[in-house]
Amino acid sequence: MTDTTTTTTDRAPSVYVPSAEALATVLAPGARPPRPTALGASLTFGWRALLKIKHVPEQLFDVTAFPVIMVLMFTYLFGGALAGSPREYLQFFLPGIMVTSVVMITMYTGVGLNTDIEKGIFDRFRTLPVWRPSALVGMIFGDVLRYILAALVILGLGLVLGFRPAGGVVGVAAGIGLLVVFSFAFSWVWTFFGLILRSEKSVMGVSMMVLFPLTFLSNVFVDPSTMPGWLQAFVKVNPVTQLVAAIRGTMSGSSDPSATMWLLVWSAGFVLVFGTLTMYRYNRR
Amino acid sequence: MNRRTTGLAIEAEGLTRSFGETRALAGIDLQVPAGTVYGLLGPNGAGKTTAVRVLATLLRPDGGTARVFGHDVVTEADKVRSRVSLTGQYASVDEDLTGTENLVLLARLLGLGKPAARDRAAALLAAFGLTEASDRQVKKYSGGMRRRIDIAASILNTPDLLFLDEPTTGLDPRSRNQVWEIVRAVVSHGTTVLLTTQYLDEADQLAGRIAVVDHGRVIAEGTPGELKSSVGSGTVHLRLRDPDQRPQAEKVLREALNVPVQLAADPVALTARVGEAGTDLDASAQAARALSDLARAGIVVDNFSLGQPSLDEVFLALTDHPAVPADERDDELEAAR
Repeated sequence: MTDTTTTTTDRAPSVYVPSAEALATVLAPGARPPRPTALGASLTFGWRALLKIKHVPEQLFDVTAFPVIMVLMFTYLFGGALAGSPREYLQFFLPGIMVTSVVMITMYTGVGLNTDIEKGIFDRFRTLPVWRPSALVGMIFGDVLRYILAALVILGLGLVLGFRPAGGVVGVAAGIGLLVVFSFAFSWVWTFFGLILRSEKSVMGVSMMVLFPLTFLSNVFVDPSTMPGWLQAFVKVNPVTQLVAAIRGTMSGSSDPSATMWLLVWSAGFVLVFGTLTMYRYNRR
Repeated sequence: MNRRTTGLAIEAEGLTRSFGETRALAGIDLQVPAGTVYGLLGPNGAGKTTAVRVLATLLRPDGGTARVFGHDVVTEADKVRSRVSLTGQYASVDEDLTGTENLVLLARLLGLGKPAARDRAAALLAAFGLTEASDRQVKKYSGGMRRRIDIAASILNTPDLLFLDEPTTGLDPRSRNQVWEIVRAVVSHGTTVLLTTQYLDEADQLAGRIAVVDHGRVIAEGTPGELKSSVGSGTVHLRLRDPDQRPQAEKVLREALNVPVQLAADPVALTARVGEAGTDLDASAQAARALSDLARAGIVVDNFSLGQPSLDEVFLALTDHPAVPADERDDELEAAR
């Protein structure tokens, strides 16, 4: 075993010998501090997510490169055909692709949770006397930062390519705010699947099966009025459609109160239903 | 020790738990006195880890009850959690984070303020010989260092009860000794330790009492001395030069020792218990006689040793089936020597 060094000459001094005195000082029982608040514990878990980003920056690949590819691909693929020019299409399309990219990234919450459970670290978290959902809330806090980063990358690229939102800074910020609220809520769907599915791969598989129809069968790419009636019915109730409509509204400076309301209702519903299911599974594993 | 507790740390009655068709716990009863090291000894799949997970509030039992310091593990889980800590078999710290970050994170979750959490982390890292490695990611630690940071994380709050699930499996002998020293220090400060292990010698070294677990049940319980004397005071292990001589060797041994002889998976190996109650000679005299009888019969013995019964032999005596699959058994014999 090489404890801390590799050469034989300075290896000997680094061999650990447990010393009774040193252990005695750390084993002396102190007063138990009061348990942290729900928010305090969640933020501490959020800090863990930040540390993980610091140590494993590659994980930001999917919130930077992936959105860039999505924007470039679809803008130039559909732009000319659907709106006359890519630049013209971008005014309609950018809020939609922002939603598509970020909503797709939410699935990594489930993948990450599944990996954590697989590795065993959640066993320790689950034996801590803290507010039960805090480990998951904190994890999603960290993910929210990734969503914001992805949204900013897409916005920046859009502005370079000619996206000119009439809503200005306030409208764009409000749009991203709505997206973050929805994504936070939607992440609870994936924490649930992350808990009930056996492997990372199956979480990915289920995520794709849900996310592809949800993002493509919406108003993201084209105006739904050209679709057959049965499809329009689905598109209309799809929360992604409401989200895109609400964000298009705020970013273009004319808010869409009905879509915004539905989006908030959907968000509350996701937290309520999937948050509850998640915590039920989390407590009963 | 103002928080030293007396009485029973764990009382479990008839715990059952199944996973699908598999019955991991088939009615476990346990009584663990506070302030001691208690060993759960058994092979892989015996139900040790499941028992620990139920007692640490990670898993609900299907039936039976368990109390930790008088608190029910299901209905008063939060009270139990504030007094216990678990070092699981797998990573119970975040491999991507550094040693310091892991300990600060957990200290904060236990309610310490930022400066206090940092001080506590630094003190623990120093006491566990990890100061040099404190700013390195845990995934770059050696096996022994991993175990130490795991245990350091578990005693951040100086728990009243510490669960150690196979703390030395996969460690080299020196790291194993370090872990043993730490466990002794922990228990000397009043923490009760529930330890699971596959190794009789480990339970023997550390535990005041041992429960032998097999197929989800406690099949024997007592002090290490009681358990060992129940299977005889020693075991002779023999390796022959010529596998063809084994049947003859078995016969000679059986006659010399008047006990059943086990044939190991290795075609040149045999083992037999010696020094059982009811025989007129002590273990070493019996072994000496067996050896001279073998020599007289012209059987060439390459390797001969007299040792403690291995876990496998304790198991065989208690259950009539070996503790581990045949291909792993030789390692067990090695470990027992």
